[in-house]
Amino acid sequence: MEHTTSKLRPLHGWGRTSATLAEVVTPATPEDVSQAVRSVGERGIIARGLGRSYGDPAQNAGGLVLDMTALHRIHSIDPDSALVDVDAGVSLDQLMKAALPHGLWVPVLPGTRQVTIGGAIANDIHGKNHHSAGSFGNHVVSMDLVTADGECHRLTPDGPESDLFWATVAGIGLTGVIVRATIRMTKTETAYFIADLERTENLDETLALVSDGSDDRYTYSSAWFDAISPGPKLGRAAFGRGSLAKLDQLPAKLRADPLKFDAPKLATLPDFFPNGLANKLSFSAIGELYYRKTPKEKRGVIQNLTAFYHPLDLFGEWNRAYGSHGFLQYQFSTPPDAHDGLRDILHKVAASGHVSFLNVFKRMGEGNRAPLSYPHPGWMICLDFPIKGGLGRFCDELDEQVLGLGGRLYTAKDSRTTPEAFATMYPRLDEWRKIRNSVDPEGVFASDMSRRLAL
Amino acid sequence: MINAVGNPQSLLLLGGTSEIGLTIAEKYAAAGHLRVVLAGRPSERLDANAERLRGMGATVSVLPFDARKPDTHTEVVEKAFADGDIDVTVVAFGLLGDNERGWTDVAAARELAEVNYVAPVTVGVALADRLKRQAHGSLVLLSSVAGERPRRSNFVYGSTKAGVDAFYVGLTEALRPHGVVVTVVRPGFVKTKMTEGLAAAPLSQTPEQVADIVLEAVRGGKELVWAPGAMRVVMSVLRHLPKVVFRRLPV
Repeated sequence: MEHTTSKLRPLHGWGRTSATLAEVVTPATPEDVSQAVRSVGERGIIARGLGRSYGDPAQNAGGLVLDMTALHRIHSIDPDSALVDVDAGVSLDQLMKAALPHGLWVPVLPGTRQVTIGGAIANDIHGKNHHSAGSFGNHVVSMDLVTADGECHRLTPDGPESDLFWATVAGIGLTGVIVRATIRMTKTETAYFIADLERTENLDETLALVSDGSDDRYTYSSAWFDAISPGPKLGRAAFGRGSLAKLDQLPAKLRADPLKFDAPKLATLPDFFPNGLANKLSFSAIGELYYRKTPKEKRGVIQNLTAFYHPLDLFGEWNRAYGSHGFLQYQFSTPPDAHDGLRDILHKVAASGHVSFLNVFKRMGEGNRAPLSYPHPGWMICLDFPIKGGLGRFCDELDEQVLGLGGRLYTAKDSRTTPEAFATMYPRLDEWRKIRNSVDPEGVFASDMSRRLAL
Repeated sequence: MINAVGNPQSLLLLGGTSEIGLTIAEKYAAAGHLRVVLAGRPSERLDANAERLRGMGATVSVLPFDARKPDTHTEVVEKAFADGDIDVTVVAFGLLGDNERGWTDVAAARELAEVNYVAPVTVGVALADRLKRQAHGSLVLLSSVAGERPRRSNFVYGSTKAGVDAFYVGLTEALRPHGVVVTVVRPGFVKTKMTEGLAAAPLSQTPEQVADIVLEAVRGGKELVWAPGAMRVVMSVLRHLPKVVFRRLPV
């Protein structure tokens, strides 16, 4: 088989847990992908991008893993139609830098730009603009998918194989390997945001702020919130809500180069953080700082991408701060009316002894047609827990509450839930399975996640 | 798969009536939904253990396994993996035997050697092949401190444990490059049915305590542990005592 490299490598997700070994192959062309798929052994094959999923969807113990990052050509950028034609291994960072000079903006940006187009589709990622723009799958005009027989299919959202298109969106790589896609970008005059910054004092205020209709005035909206402080401070939040700035909204000095890629990075964290440094004391302190740096209320602030969107990008490889035991992200959703349930969950978290500093709160918009797509209208909450004793049981208890409210977990973040819980969270799982089984009856595409969740 | 918080989804217990083995299974079953393959000689106790685990919410299948029949071991292991990957395998079967018969009666000596040494080795070969292919998982051997320095009162058992311990310590290295962690556990005196009637030695443990140490070791990817941990130092000292002194010790 033609490929540039091939060796046995330990692979894990961004949470740095549950590493397993797989043979890693780096295809240079879609034909290489087809050949790899055709030559697969009993343990199957899965595509991997930049490894930003927290859990195990892009690793495959004892099998084959395709490192898609060498397939990274941007074929065309059309400023008029706003369409870009790109290989699946192109990262959103790369795409953003290439498209900005043409006045085009990546339509959906998650918390990091270090994800590939293939991963963005396979997880149907969302960003702070979900309530206004939906998830990534909504912006895919077409994609090329290499299926289990090694054939390449061009899929469109409403074409003859639209079922397969939507099973591939959020299909975590289990329908085939995405090799190329056409994405509809968002036209923009500048690379800056005009934002309103606000602080709320408690959970009631937080929920009220996103429920009063004001959220719809902004294209982008999300908040950091407090899941550590006991009592009245619990659920207080620092909101950043805004939209892409128009040219005439920029101050004169930025107007000279309005589409400049402006995303500074301070430092890359070294890999020697001890376990246990991420604890209640340090987290409470950082949390307080984080909360206080947001003004009580400030309107019309012009912010660059890092300040408004990717504050964590100031620190490269920030997952190292959790030490070698790693961490897990508990991202869940609830329907919009679940205020009491949400309050119960937050109180439970605050009282648990498991501390989470990087907490995100967002109001989500309508979902799309993909059976395994995560977003649905309601609240989205993200919690990061360092791995320590008792966390497994605690998360199982949270699962039960989330399920009871009619909420769910997100495959790009999950690293621990069970097949039973997953099937309950995703009632259209059987519909997805039927489509997957029709294109891959032998189970050629397999990952540690597909084994763990019996997908 | 063993998930991010260290909980396995499937467990193979070779020696389905072992008290320590069962306690390990119970602890995993209590932590999350578990599929258990309980391998052992068909008996009421084996079935009772299966029921017990089912009562805790585990999915249990019972697999007939006779340590005395090494020719069947490859097939037993294949069957154990027939329903999918096994995340944690515990090799827990063994006999204590009667030491005096063990060095004076050929049949008794041979039985101890076959059950405690030959069988874990033949099973180990089959397990190694299966685990290598799945490229993940944990393999635990319940060894014993008795293998570290033979004592007059217990040397036949000790010799079998010395042998099997060496094999699995070697297997640890052989399987490392394949993504499989082998953990050799060396408990001291454990209060079980097997040791009933014997005077408990210092630092004696309950199956509960040993199981906790095993779970901790598997979670942390440890390759060699003692139970209790202090036994490591004790055995190190005992190993280095001159024979004349060791002989006089009441161990």
